[in-house]
Amino acid sequence: MAAAWSDRAPLPNSAIAHSSTSAPLLNYIIRRLLIALPSLLGISLVLFTVLALAPGDPFEDLANNPNVPPEVRMALRAQFGLDDPIWERYLRWLGSMLQGDWGFSFVSRIDVDTLIGQRIGVTIAVIGMSQLVALLVALPVGVLAAVKPYSWFDRIASTLAFVGFSLPTFFTGVLFILLFSVQLGWFPFVYRADLSSTGWQWWVDQFKQSIMPIMVLGLFQAASWMRYVRSAVLDVIRLDYVTTARSKGLAERTVINKHVVRNALIPVVTLVALQMPAVFGGAIVTEQIFRIPGIGSLLIDAILRNDTPVIMAVTFVFSCLVIFFNLVADVLYGWLDPRISYR
Amino acid sequence: MAGSTPASATASPAGAPPGGPGGAPAARAAQSVSPWTEAWRRFKRHRLAFWSLWLLGTLVAAVLLGPLFYKVGINEVDFSAKLSTPSWKHPMGTDDLGRDILARVLYGGRISLAVGLAAMLMAVTVGVFIGAVAGMARGWVDAALMWVTDLFLSLPQLPLLLLLIFLFREPLKAAFGLEMGIFILIVVVIGGFRWMPVARLVRAQFFSLREKEFVEAARALGASVPRQVVRHILPNSLGPVIVAATIDIAAAIIAESTLSFLGLGFPPDIPTWGRILYDGRDYMDLAMHWALFPGIAIFLTVLTINFIGDGLRDALDPRRVL
Repeated sequence: MAAAWSDRAPLPNSAIAHSSTSAPLLNYIIRRLLIALPSLLGISLVLFTVLALAPGDPFEDLANNPNVPPEVRMALRAQFGLDDPIWERYLRWLGSMLQGDWGFSFVSRIDVDTLIGQRIGVTIAVIGMSQLVALLVALPVGVLAAVKPYSWFDRIASTLAFVGFSLPTFFTGVLFILLFSVQLGWFPFVYRADLSSTGWQWWVDQFKQSIMPIMVLGLFQAASWMRYVRSAVLDVIRLDYVTTARSKGLAERTVINKHVVRNALIPVVTLVALQMPAVFGGAIVTEQIFRIPGIGSLLIDAILRNDTPVIMAVTFVFSCLVIFFNLVADVLYGWLDPRISYR
Repeated sequence: MAGSTPASATASPAGAPPGGPGGAPAARAAQSVSPWTEAWRRFKRHRLAFWSLWLLGTLVAAVLLGPLFYKVGINEVDFSAKLSTPSWKHPMGTDDLGRDILARVLYGGRISLAVGLAAMLMAVTVGVFIGAVAGMARGWVDAALMWVTDLFLSLPQLPLLLLLIFLFREPLKAAFGLEMGIFILIVVVIGGFRWMPVARLVRAQFFSLREKEFVEAARALGASVPRQVVRHILPNSLGPVIVAATIDIAAAIIAESTLSFLGLGFPPDIPTWGRILYDGRDYMDLAMHWALFPGIAIFLTVLTINFIGDGLRDALDPRRVL
């Protein structure tokens, strides 16, 4: 590693350097969080505007009900503040969201935050595992393809990558079910949250029912990541410092692993962060195909059943997740590229 | 959304071959060639892109002209032939009501392609406009517009798409009729979430182009700002925009199919590719052709468009020696 960074100013003392790197990092994370706040406010504003502009009235049922006199309806509207100016309603909604009062699901009859709490774990697990799969596939394949560009391996890998991200996740999911569940009968095609088995068998069953959704999402991501990794490695590999590393007599493996890949990952991290909204979109589709009880399928159910508080909350949670992953990407970026100062 | 791969994967400026600008065409400078002829020559070098253009052309022709020759109604119910596998009478088989799947796929293709093109036009128009304004105005206007662009980039698109379509479906249906209302809604919503990459590209191009000598010359001759933009800067920044636009068609087709697949696209009686796939999903063990054919149609269309985009990227990038 040191060779790649030899152009940096020499540090006075490694102990001092260590103690002084963690504090700026923390500062940097806090500052990034503060920058993320306006984005979150903007997103909440967009969300609220969409719902406020939307036609339809939560008291429509009452309006059509002859047993409810119009005065009662008007009193109810006033009581719930529906006649207040829109900015007042926005501030009130934002205030209660911040206090953790996310409302009450019209359909499930429980608090929205409880509902999301029950569901979010599965979503995070599936997304996390699939990102891991994507990384494990895309990184070695992309690097190998770039090390020998236009070789047979590169051509096959690049063509497969094109095929991979041209296959929409819903079609891959259907194909996987067709092949592995219907034809071969290896895996169940419905995800069950309440597995009856225990102990070792539980892990086996869990693996069997999770593998298809994780692969669908992971391989789709891997296809586009592989292209990023390949073009980033191709850009880096012809730089002078790589030639220097080779001429020092370092093994090719060391040159690639320690000198090329780390620098090549810097633009890849940015592109991956830009893709996060698409990942969550893919997760919603995957959850719907395999009937995984995560927040994506919760969102679809809520939309189909007109459950406004749940729709708002889940969309907001997705926004928070996207911003959180952008933050993670920024921190990773700083770790990969020490020239970025955490000021 | 599936397939929303940023266009910059191989088009990054650092990826330019060391040959540098202007090095290669010297040999051909004697015979003057128009830029489009040259682009076509370079495009043909990308074999996969070239064959993709043919395949896509065939698909589009089949979808547009097919119904003229293949005269089977999309709603002709025939219970005696329900769920039948592909045969001469029904080349793609039938669904659970005995309706011919080929006829439905041909019909759905028109909708998918129309949505893709219209959403792309919308995204490119908005993106070029915002990028151009940001690139010319600079200062706080640029900062504000880029903040909005970044905000849109970090919005969770699919949830918002679903929400918007759910909320505005009924009033638009009432205003423009069933098919037209949903069409407008889907195009506006998909296009409205895809303009950001184009805006960024155009802004970056404007920043560098507006300082070039030929623009300065136009300015010195007294060209107004709109004339500088429309006559001089915009035509020179179109290359990356064309590539992004091509990829956008594919992304919009996937987005529309995803919406249909989630049951929130066009109404059930209008067969789009995503909708047929969604309906066929429950019969996969009995009649896999039902889900397979529309899926293959989506896949082939998107794949060929992506390859064409890749070929165009090579063809329109002046730094690349081909």
